[in-house]
Amino acid sequence: MKYNAGKFDVAVIGAGHAGIEAALASARLGCQTVVFTINMDAVGNCPCNPSIGGTAKGHLVREIDALGGEMGKTADECFLQSRMLNRGKGPAVHSLRAQIDRRKYSDVMKHKLELQENLQLHQAEITDIEKTDDGYILTTRMLAQYEVKAVVIATGTYLGGRIFVGEVSYESGPDGIFAASFLGESLKKLGIGLRRFKTGTPARVLRSSIDFTELEEQLGDEPPIPFSYDTVNLGENKVKCHISWTNEKTKEIILENIHRSPLYGGKIEGIGPRYCPSLEDKIVRFSDKKRHQLFIEPCGLNTEEMYLQGMSSSLPEEVQLKFYHTIKGLENAVIMRPAYAIEYDCIDPTQMNAALEFKDFEGLYGAGQFNGSSGYEEAAAQGFVAGVNAALKIKGKEPLILERSSSYIGTLIDDLVTKGANEPYRMMTSRSEYRLILRQDNADVRLTPIGRKIGLISDERWERFNKKQELKQNELKRISKVVIPPGERINEILVSRETSPLSTGAKLIDLLRRPQISYKDLEPIDETRPELDANIFEQVEIEVKYAGYIEKQLKQVEQMEKLEKKKLPESFDYTEIKGLRLEAQEKLNKIKPISIGQASRISGVSPADINVLLIWLSQR
Amino acid sequence: MKSDTIAAISTAQGEGGIGVIRVSGKNSIEICDRIFKAVSGRKLSDMKGYTAALGHVYKDDEKLDEVIATVFREPHSYTGENIVELSCHGGIFITREILRTVIEAGAEPALAGEFTKRAFLNGKLDLTEAEAVIDIISAKSKNAARAAILAKEGALWRRIENIKNKLVTTAAHFSAWADYPEEDIEEVSVESLSNTFNECLFDLNKLLSTYDMGQTVKEGIDTVIAGKPNTGKSTLMNLISGRNRSIVTDIPGTTRDIIEETVSVGGVILRLSDTAGMRDTEDKVEKIGVDIAKSRIKNCGLVLAVFDAGRELDEDDKKLIENVKDAPVIAVINKTDLEKKLDEKYIGDRIEKIVKISAKNGEGFDELCQLIEKIAGTADFNPSEGILANERQRNAAKNAKKSLEEATQALNAGMTFDAVTVSIEEAIENILELTGERVSDVVVDNVFHNFCVGK
Repeated sequence: MKYNAGKFDVAVIGAGHAGIEAALASARLGCQTVVFTINMDAVGNCPCNPSIGGTAKGHLVREIDALGGEMGKTADECFLQSRMLNRGKGPAVHSLRAQIDRRKYSDVMKHKLELQENLQLHQAEITDIEKTDDGYILTTRMLAQYEVKAVVIATGTYLGGRIFVGEVSYESGPDGIFAASFLGESLKKLGIGLRRFKTGTPARVLRSSIDFTELEEQLGDEPPIPFSYDTVNLGENKVKCHISWTNEKTKEIILENIHRSPLYGGKIEGIGPRYCPSLEDKIVRFSDKKRHQLFIEPCGLNTEEMYLQGMSSSLPEEVQLKFYHTIKGLENAVIMRPAYAIEYDCIDPTQMNAALEFKDFEGLYGAGQFNGSSGYEEAAAQGFVAGVNAALKIKGKEPLILERSSSYIGTLIDDLVTKGANEPYRMMTSRSEYRLILRQDNADVRLTPIGRKIGLISDERWERFNKKQELKQNELKRISKVVIPPGERINEILVSRETSPLSTGAKLIDLLRRPQISYKDLEPIDETRPELDANIFEQVEIEVKYAGYIEKQLKQVEQMEKLEKKKLPESFDYTEIKGLRLEAQEKLNKIKPISIGQASRISGVSPADINVLLIWLSQR
Repeated sequence: MKSDTIAAISTAQGEGGIGVIRVSGKNSIEICDRIFKAVSGRKLSDMKGYTAALGHVYKDDEKLDEVIATVFREPHSYTGENIVELSCHGGIFITREILRTVIEAGAEPALAGEFTKRAFLNGKLDLTEAEAVIDIISAKSKNAARAAILAKEGALWRRIENIKNKLVTTAAHFSAWADYPEEDIEEVSVESLSNTFNECLFDLNKLLSTYDMGQTVKEGIDTVIAGKPNTGKSTLMNLISGRNRSIVTDIPGTTRDIIEETVSVGGVILRLSDTAGMRDTEDKVEKIGVDIAKSRIKNCGLVLAVFDAGRELDEDDKKLIENVKDAPVIAVINKTDLEKKLDEKYIGDRIEKIVKISAKNGEGFDELCQLIEKIAGTADFNPSEGILANERQRNAAKNAKKSLEEATQALNAGMTFDAVTVSIEEAIENILELTGERVSDVVVDNVFHNFCVGK
């Protein structure tokens, strides 16, 4: 029988990476928050891979941290090995990636939710969402009813989840946890359109069954760098990863059995990401490639399960065994969990505005895979924004809308709600036009003031942040003043770096401007150098070296901001503006952009349409 | 960085009269000072609003034309911004050369309706309804869109697009390599980047220096004069162009190559080509001419099909009618001064617009001009938009070149690749502005299409 289980400000459906950030942000902002997870042991689960970060994703984690989110801190607490990727390719693409202990990550996150003031965590499946005059009523499978003012849907791959392994297919969420089978119907009844997406994961194999002797090792950085600006000491790398390769034999087995893949057999209708294809996809689409790389990564310290990065598959279990056994080191591998593909329900994110709130349903928010994205970090970033906005709404405040120029989070959300996602959306550095200002090293400079304003940055952290900025400014001033006279020592350094020696004195800042010269190079001749945090030196060096580019991008930002500031009405029928082309009218009515800036990014809206909009706007 | 100063030809493209190039924006006066030298030696920036100066426009050190420059100072101008109007001696080539010189000096080619838009937003237009302005802009953009499509069919665009594709592939390679560091994607090297830059810069330089050569850039309606030998095509061409350019003779097959002329017929610009006489022939050289003529007919904007009133309709004539009947065509019955032997009804049944003239003494010429104007009117062809479309392409190529030179500099200075790609993407962006695509979409698409990336 239905019973009234109480009133809350905010309900979060799902306690994965999106749900966690949403719930913590909402509760920390003082809202009574209830979180529902289908299985208490699946809070913060990492069913996809045992790592956090990576290119552009590392940026997202740093940004979440800078705003006052949790992912970076927990990843640091659970880290096994950490590497800064792309060191040689330039600061814009430097990205942190950490192997984590996935069970520990789940435990730590669950415990944080349990300890959080204003937050209740429940094991329950939500089966129905009903709209009321001033909020929503959520019903659980046990018929408990919760009256709430705002809802964040973060259902991940659970919503209508279906697993595929070869000819075998059944309703299920990830890792054998059951799926959310009822909520989809309820959403459809509300009038929310759903679509099917697909993702997958490789097998986990027993460590002792792998022969590591001839495999290349991959070690972490020394010293490892933390994600969080709060983490003081990360400790040492705890594990090694290994690299192996597929070969012609692997390819042969896969091609022989390709008809047994549910994707090629036509059983999967969901759209899978191009960037996370299964091994069979890679082999079919890039048939001239002779071999594919794989990484063997430990899943934790208290488990012998090993993850095979790059070897995702939905072929039958016995075929998996066969092709894994062709790979060097895996000849006798024992599969503990088979690889699988999973298909799930998600929405077309253009149904939402930039606050991640449904345009047609006030107080209803979505985040993560439900919104059509892919990846823990993308999910956490959206969860954070959705949770903050649910809370701000209840407090009657303006929503948090991050500009593209402020962050990868802003870019991610703008892409989703403006362009939509035709396949699971993964963050990439190439998606940002402002790469040189949106770096992982300066996420705090960009976003901590915003986090402070929202109310998620403690006094202690804010003070530390300000102190750091002061030290940075002082250091910039210092290097602009200190002149290094020509001399044997400095010229030796310069020549060894293949750059021209000094004949007259040069300021430190000018030496640092040379692409070949780093802070570290100048240490022996820089006698007045203060002791500072490594991140300060990093930021100063990048700002000096890339000053021209940074300035260029800042000018672009300035130009774009003029358009972002020209706000469009929330609800308006664009067919009333006759001068707009038909396609533009349709797109504008669908997306309902908040500004001319956003309108200009909609495909199908031309510069001439923008001119028409500007004129129309000036007459209102 | 885009300039906020815009320029366009603001007079209709006709023969004779005056051509006006309008330059509007914060830096318009300063920009025109770079290319205009007054006879009095006075600088435009020292002049008050509503004053004019006689002088010359210079391209590098070459004197292009004598012009009158009129200075308007904000807010007292059409757009409400600083404006310089350069009135020159009209004619398509000179006005375009001056427009281009202004663009080289730092202005941007104006978008369709942009002057009107600015005037309106600055409160300068006495149009009570925003709708009226919107109508003007959308009508102009439709014209511009058509002109852009025409321009994109040109050989020039294909060359620009080739360069763009090379750059997109390069940017995508960097992206795949940086965004998927754990995939075994071939390393981006200084050598490979440097090679691509050199290739693209070479192509861009060649393209910019040969921009005015060849048919690709001449504006106006591509008009072909076709007909069997000795029907008087060359005489007609000479009549229209008013100059004795084609070789006129009575020996069939004299005009073997395509001869081109850009002429103005009652305000319509025609790119006129006189083709080899169309007939079945054994002569190899002549046959090439005939083949070219046939392909020309397929791709042109207007055909003037010439028939000889003094001869019976024959197989060559009928073939011609067959070839042209789906093109915008005017049947020109020439030599009305001779005794009439031609079956005009056969032609009239198949070609709607028909005119009788004597190219030799000029009879019927006015009627032909009216028909041309009419047909051009229905095609809604706007020649000055055509010029701007081409200038935008050229400007895009020029800006892309500048960005690539920056990329090369950065590469040579030893900057990291992430910085170098900022300039590569800027170069792509300059070209994509012509199509309205976005750099990141194009690059990301290319990554997924061409690189095997996974998890």
